[in-house]
This record gives sequence, C-alpha cells and structure tokens, in this order.
Amino acid sequence: MTDAVHQRIADIVKGNDVVLFMKGTPLFPQCGFSSRAIAILEHLGVAYESIDVLQDQAVRQGIKAFSDWPTIPQLYVKGEFVGGSDIMMEMYEAGELHQLMADQGVASAN
Amino acid sequence: MAADDIADMIRAAIPDAQVEITDLAGDGDHYAARVVAESFRGMNRVAQQRAVYAALGGRMGGVLHALQLTTAVPN
Repeated sequence: MTDAVHQRIADIVKGNDVVLFMKGTPLFPQCGFSSRAIAILEHLGVAYESIDVLQDQAVRQGIKAFSDWPTIPQLYVKGEFVGGSDIMMEMYEAGELHQLMADQGVASAN
Repeated sequence: MAADDIADMIRAAIPDAQVEITDLAGDGDHYAARVVAESFRGMNRVAQQRAVYAALGGRMGGVLHALQLTTAVPN
C-alpha cells in the first residue's frame, strides 16, 4: 500500500464518526455480508458514511492491510476498528453495538 | 475448499479449538464456522477472529470468500 492510499484511508476513518467500508452502496450492496452490515446500521439508526471499495481498487486492497483484517465489510467508529459483519451481528444481538454508539456519542440518522 | 480442510487448518493452529463447520448453501463454498477455544480467553472478538484468520493462512478473503465466523471461549 502506498503512503498516499494509507493517508487517504486514515483521513476517511478520522473524518467520519461511523464509516463502513463495503462492497456496493447502502441501497445496492453487492455482497451478502455488506448487506447485513448495512441492515444493522439502519436498525441502530445512526448516521454513517459508506465507502464502496468496488469503486476504488487501491482502497479495496489497502483497507485490508490498514486494519489487519482480510475481509470486507469493515466498520470503524470514532477512528477505531470494530470488526466485520459477523462481529457487528454478535455485538448487535448482545446490545453492545448500540451501547458503543451511545458511549461514543454517535449522532442518530436524520 | 472442503469443510474438513478448513477445520483441520484451524485445529492445527489453535490446538484447543472446538470447530464446527456448517455448509450453508450445500455448495462447498458458503460456510459458517464456530470456533470455541480456551486460548481465546482474554482476547476481544477482533483478536479472536484474527487468530482464526491467521490459521487459515491468507485464504480468507481469497479462496474462502464466504465464511461466517463466530468465536467464543468455553462456558
């Protein structure tokens, strides 16, 4: 990964309270795991940004090294890596994701 | 990738792991794995899953696209 890509990812992560790196868009997710991650964020009702890695090969590869995580989607909250869709689901079901958003003072959607 | 191969790789790297693999679609391509290991104790979920991914030696996200993964410590 080039320094420029690393910096671009760092800026995205730092510049958004909640950001999901995903395949496709919230309206048209291109993978079941990304679709599940979006459904969880929608249920939580938090404001979030999404990055479609299919539109950017450098970010698609770079985010895996950046997070030391081999798969997409990937969720960041307040600059911290939270996990992929399986961890999101476990945390959601345990109420931990809602708690994390509350603890971090994340804004609700609209 | 065969379910047994996935389980074998995880057990080879995490000897105390109990591994359950479910073939979700019956197509030998979409799996769910549940890995329970005492050695996960004290690790958060991200660290536990990283340990499993490391056991799979870079196949995750490659030949293993569709692996749902849950990890836990024994009760």
